[in-house]
Parts: sequence; structure tokens; C-alpha cells
Amino acid sequence: MLEQLSWKVGGQQGEGVESTGETFAVALNRRGYYVYSFRQFSSRIKGGHSNDKVRVSLKQYRTSTDYTDVLLAFDQDTIDLEAGEVRTNGIVIADEKFNPTAPDHVRLFAVPLTSIAEECGSAIMKNMVSLGASAAVLGLPIETFTEVAEERFHRKGQKVVDQNTEAIRRGYEFIKEAGGADPSFALKSADGTHRLFMMGNDALALGALAAGARVMPAYPITPASDVMEYLIKKFPKVGGVVVQTEDEIAAMNMTIGAAYGGARAFTATSGPGLALMMEAIGLAGMTETPAVIIDTQRGGPSTGLPTKQEQSDLFAGMFGTHGEIPKIVLFPATPEECFYSMGEAFNLADHYQCPVIVLTDLQLSLSKQTTEPFELEKVIIDRGSIATPDMLAKERPDHGEEFKRYLLTETGISPRAFPGTQGGIHKVTGVEHSENGRPNEAVLNRTNMMDKRLHKLEGVELAGSLVRTGDNNPQVAILGMGANIGAIDEACERLREDGITAAHVHLHTLLPFPVQTLQQSLADAERVVVVENNATGQLRHLMSHFGVEHPQVSSFLKYDGSAFLPIEIHHFVKGMF
Amino acid sequence: MTTTVTVKDFRNDVRPNWCPGCGDFSVQASIQRALASLGKQPHEVAVISGIGCSGRISGYINTYGFHGVHGRALPAAQGLKLANRDLTVIAAGGDGDGFGIGLNHFMHSVRRNMDITYIVMDNHIYGLTKGQHSPTSAHGFTAKTAPAGNIENAVVPAQIALGADIGFLAQGFSSDVNQLVSLIEQAIQYKGFALVNVFSPCVTYNKVNTYDFFRENIVNLDKVDGYDPTSRMEAMKTVIETQGLCTGLIYRDDHRQDYEDQIPGYQTTPIAQQDLQLNPEIFAETLKEFA
Repeated sequence: MLEQLSWKVGGQQGEGVESTGETFAVALNRRGYYVYSFRQFSSRIKGGHSNDKVRVSLKQYRTSTDYTDVLLAFDQDTIDLEAGEVRTNGIVIADEKFNPTAPDHVRLFAVPLTSIAEECGSAIMKNMVSLGASAAVLGLPIETFTEVAEERFHRKGQKVVDQNTEAIRRGYEFIKEAGGADPSFALKSADGTHRLFMMGNDALALGALAAGARVMPAYPITPASDVMEYLIKKFPKVGGVVVQTEDEIAAMNMTIGAAYGGARAFTATSGPGLALMMEAIGLAGMTETPAVIIDTQRGGPSTGLPTKQEQSDLFAGMFGTHGEIPKIVLFPATPEECFYSMGEAFNLADHYQCPVIVLTDLQLSLSKQTTEPFELEKVIIDRGSIATPDMLAKERPDHGEEFKRYLLTETGISPRAFPGTQGGIHKVTGVEHSENGRPNEAVLNRTNMMDKRLHKLEGVELAGSLVRTGDNNPQVAILGMGANIGAIDEACERLREDGITAAHVHLHTLLPFPVQTLQQSLADAERVVVVENNATGQLRHLMSHFGVEHPQVSSFLKYDGSAFLPIEIHHFVKGMF
Repeated sequence: MTTTVTVKDFRNDVRPNWCPGCGDFSVQASIQRALASLGKQPHEVAVISGIGCSGRISGYINTYGFHGVHGRALPAAQGLKLANRDLTVIAAGGDGDGFGIGLNHFMHSVRRNMDITYIVMDNHIYGLTKGQHSPTSAHGFTAKTAPAGNIENAVVPAQIALGADIGFLAQGFSSDVNQLVSLIEQAIQYKGFALVNVFSPCVTYNKVNTYDFFRENIVNLDKVDGYDPTSRMEAMKTVIETQGLCTGLIYRDDHRQDYEDQIPGYQTTPIAQQDLQLNPEIFAETLKEFA
């Protein structure tokens, strides 16, 4: 009996690969398995190979496997491209329709997926036939999929439900009769615990909703669009609004306008959009306007690899915009962290009155995985320093002069008055300004105001800036970010099996860079390996830039658009010993 | 609580850095007079401006004021309106800001039709950067960046606005303050996106499009018998015939809904004043979609 396995479906984009993978994954998640699903696709709607790889396990892994146990192929291309990673004696289920051929190291089952589907009512039900066939191979009860099919189709009437369950049953029986139900592929049964199944983008959207975000201007871009698409469905329930703007410049400026107006506002984009937002991000910094920006990183530069994994916007996110402003940059690693990071991001933006960038990477944003249920009570809304109408009426009875929006304080943080508040009239400008917001280029004022803004985050290290797991005094500490959490964890496990002690340091906050904490968390390691999805080692450079020192640091970089596999990190590190 | 407001309430002690004789002084005064005559309280109004000489206007009126980046006054103004629909939001700037760098936002603001007023001080020149031609400079116009004469055609703002199907379009002239005040009042009261494009001469850098030039060339629609501002056809014909040099209420359509009224679930209480705490029942219901 297997404690984990890897199943992959592939075919032409647009022929049901995604829905087949989704149904498979949801069904197993409901049985209490941990599921991790990562889809490979290209920037086109129809045609081109696409696949969805689903890992199913009894304990949580946050990445795909190095190999595939069962490959479900809707076309010969899928076998030609993907059978290489199917393990020896692994199973390939293929549609008999295209007379499939497969390499010798796998066992091929040609199943009349399309003909069975047609007999059941329609060729599109071949995905159901293939799920039935998969259930038989993996020793899963057929109800695993029929229950999901019933739920999905009950609105379309009993006939459609019956046709689909019949398709599943026929696929299941075909494999049984063909001798494909091999006990060595059977999955141990799971405990039935109910958990969520979602992608990072879903969690970001839910996090924003829970954090009180009510205005989201955004421009569609892969891989960020899900966030706006989800919230435009949800916001009517809470009085919020998503505006699909004409471009990212408008999105960022509109976000700033709404935040200035007192709303919790944010936008979501990817690298090209972030580049367009840079001038306005400077405006948010200069005018001390809270604004949250999600950057779901993809392959750059320029249009780059729009549907592929990369972590190359670190510098852009941290240092982007002309001039110098305070900024906070977070980088969650899991859907749970995506959810709670949004609450944190809005609180930080309101507290420090500066832009907060939440980075993800494509793998985190789009891969769907088993997720512990979110707890709304843990999302505390703290709007920071606000001058309320009552305060203004008490403290400023005469309304004589303008409200000092940029009052010089010890912390550098000054109360905000929202437009519409009596007694709070003041000016806001991207020009250097005095305490009441009027343009002022005087030398002393300039220095005071620059110091005020930059002082807000000086010496600050945010709680939870990184998480360290694994051995004490390890031979190696592996430092990473974002979706690489899963591959690094697994590499560490395998290194330990090889007798190499290992720790995993996962960085969650890039700005303010946790200099002390990171220094301490690496200090006991013999060697440090920095794992990141970019070509120039941006995180490695950040360590040097901020003065985090270690005598033995190496970089392991990947920038071919694909996600790190555990085996790659394992081999790289092992090769050092 | 102040009950009556006067023009004085909209004045502050800042001296504009505009040149003596600049048309923008009249625009500033007209906005102040219009706001007072509509009985607005200063704190209920926000002026959002872009970059350029005219962009400084948000600093010169005693209301909330936001001076953003070049060309982006409209997106910021729309964001503000979404956050607080009770505010009177006025976006303002120059022809470069609105019809050069910001033209994209102008077109889409017209299309989106939020309840805001956009006042453009159109002087056909870049003043703050000292005399380059602008998108509304005529073909052949000489400027620092067109020493042999402008070889591009001019943007005609009224034509573009009508082309994008604007709901309220007016043009004014800095020398006719009474008309301008009336137009700004109507624009603020109009429920939807309203443009008031004002011929506001630059006395320092534009020696062609002077007060006299506009006086001699403008057709004042207030004085055209039988002009029907509810006819888009007539409006477009007039704008083409006058090459855009007409003032008064050019077009107005009172039969359309603004953006805010069409947002599903958008509440009458401004977002900025709502309780942000999410209802746990809505949250629990939402999580079920991911089970």
C-alpha cells in the first residue's frame, strides 16, 4: 500500500485536462488526503500540451514529486513528453482512440475513453471514464469520484448525473477486467479529515476580504487575475468594488485615491504591471498613503515566461520607484500564509502609512493544495493612527489652520484625517511638503521630512520574518522563499536519510530585511545554500547588501521556468559533501 | 456647524505661483464661487490634481486637496470617489496632464462615468517645463520642441469627449467668469462624469493662443439661438464646425446611470465609514466553496 503517489493528466489545452485534474484532486482532498496539484500550461487558450500533476499523500508535501506513478494521456504527445518521468513499471492510461504507444519501462493500458463516453451520452465525459479508470488503478472506492460527479451535475438533472456516474463505473470496470488494479499501486486510505483545497491566489483574495479590503482596482494579468475574478463575485455581499482599470498605472493611482479616501484598497498584478506601477508606488511612499500591492511573480524580463515559475522581482519590489521611500515587502509560502499575510499587510500599511508589497510566485499563486481551514478570529483589523471627527472637534475647535497631516513625531507616524472629516482639511502632494502638506523645498524641511518617512521602519524587524525548521548545528542550512518551501523541506528530509544534518530557513519578510534574525538563524550552520528561482541570485545579493555574513554560502539557482524538484536540491547539496 | 458658506470659506492663505495674468486664477475663483453657491462645506469637497502649473490648483482652494503624479488625477479621483461617494470630487489639471500623458485615463473615465467633475485648464502649451508644444497645440504652432512648427495635429478635447460618448460636456473661457461659474455648478450637480474644458491662456509662453485670440475665435453657444445641448449630433457638428473653439454647455444627457449606482451591492454608506469586520457567516459560507 502506498502512502503517497503522483498522478498526472495531460492533453491538448482546452480538452478537459484542467477539469479532470481538478475533479481528481478535489475528490481525494475530500477523502482526507493531502493533495498538491500543479498545472503546466502555455499562454494560449486552445491547443498546445498542458498537464496537471497531482500528488496525493497521507502527510503534507508542498510540492510535486520528482516522478509520476500514473499518467493519464489524452493524446500521444502527452506520452511522448511525459512518459519519461513515469517510474519503472508505472502505469499509463491512454485513450485507445489514438492507438497509443509507450516506452518499455511503463505499463500501458489503452482504454476506449472516448468510445465509452460516447456510449454513455457524450464524448466530453471521457474525463469521467478516465477518473473511473484511475480509481481502479489506485484501489480507490468508486464513490470517491461518483459522489463528486453527483454534486457537480445535480443541477443539470438526474439524467446527466446517471450518465456521468455510468461513465465513471465503465472506466473503473474496464481497468479491473484488464488487470490494471495492481495492489502495489493501491493507496492507503486516509482519515477523512475535512480541509480546504485552494490555490495561493484564492487565499490572497480571501485574506483581503477578511482584512476589510473593499476597493480593488486592477488590470488582468497572468498569474494574478484570479484574485480580481474571485473578489468581483464576493464583494457585492460586503459592499466592496473591483474596478477593471484601463491599465496598471490607473490601477495603482486608483488604489492610492481610495486609500487616501479611507478605504482599505489594494491591487494585484505581476511583473510587467508592477513595472508600470512604480511611479505611483513612489507617490504612496511620499504621501504616506497605505496601499497594498500583490505581485504574483512570473518569468521575466518583459513578457518573459508569462505562465512559468520565477522569483525575479525581489529587487523591483524592494527597491523599485525613483527616490527613496519606506516600503514593506512580504513573501508568503503557503495558502495559509497568503491568507494571514493579507491581514498583516493591511495592518502594516495602515500602521506605517506606506506601500506594502505582497510577493508570491506563480507556483504558489496557481498550484492548488490542501489547506487548513482559516480562522477569521485571527484576522485583527487595526487601522493605525486616525484622526477621528471627535478628536478633531475636541483638539481643534477653531478650525483656524490646516490639519497637520505630516506632523513630525518621534515615530515618524502622524495621524491621518480622511477627506470628508470636519476639521481635518489638509493638502497632500507628491512634492516635498511641510507638516500641513503644502509644498516646501526648504533645506531643513526636506531633511526633516525624508528622515520622518524613512525613520518609520528604521531598525524594525517584523515578527515572523522567517521560519527555521530542522536540525541544530546543521551541516547545511538551506535558505529559500515562496513556493520552494516544499522542495526544500523534502530535500532536507532526504539529506538526513543520507546522514547529512540540515536546517531549512524560509524567509517571509524581505523588507524590512530581518538582518539580525537571519544572521542568527544561519550562524550555527557549516554551510548555507540559497535556493531561488532567478538567474542572478537576488536573495544571495540581499544578504551581502544588508550585511548578513556567513563564511560558506553557495547559490542554487533555477530560471528555466520550471519549479524546483526535491531531487534537484537534494543532489546539489549532497554533491557538496 | 457652519450653515452658510461663502466664497471666503474656500480661500486659503496660499499665494498661487502662477504668473500675473494667468488664466488659471479665474478658474480657481470660479471653482470657489461655484462651490459656495452650491452650499458645499469645504470639508465635503476634494480637489484632485495632476502635475503642471494648473495642477497646483488643489493647493489653492480650501478643501481637501490631493496633488498626485503627472497625468493620473482621474484614476486617483475615481478611487477617492469609490471610497467615499458622499464627497464632491473635482479632478483638475492642464491639457498636457489630461490629453497628453493622461489621455488614456480621460477616455476611460468618460466610459466609466463616475460622478466626478473634471476641469481642464487648456492653454495649448507646456508652461511649467517652459514652453514646449502640447497635445492641444495647433498644427504649425512653434514652440521650443517644435521650432519649425508643430507637425502633429492637435487633439480637440470636445471632439474626443463626444467621441467617447461623454454625458456632460462644457467649455469655458477664463475671461468669462460668470459663464464659467455656471458651467462648473452644472457640472458638479450633474450625476455622472462631467468635463469642463477651459481655455485658460498662458501669458508667458503662448503668444498665439492669447486672451485676444480666444475672444476673436470663440463661438459662445449661450448666444446661439436655438442651440440644443441635448443633441449629440448637433454638439458634434458644432464642435467640428468651430474646430473646438466654442464655449457654453455643449452637450448633456440626463438619461444615464452613473457607475456607482450600477455597482452590484454598493451601499449608500460610503466605504470609508463602513464597519470592515467581515460577517463570520459570510466567511463560513465562502470557505465551503473550497471544501
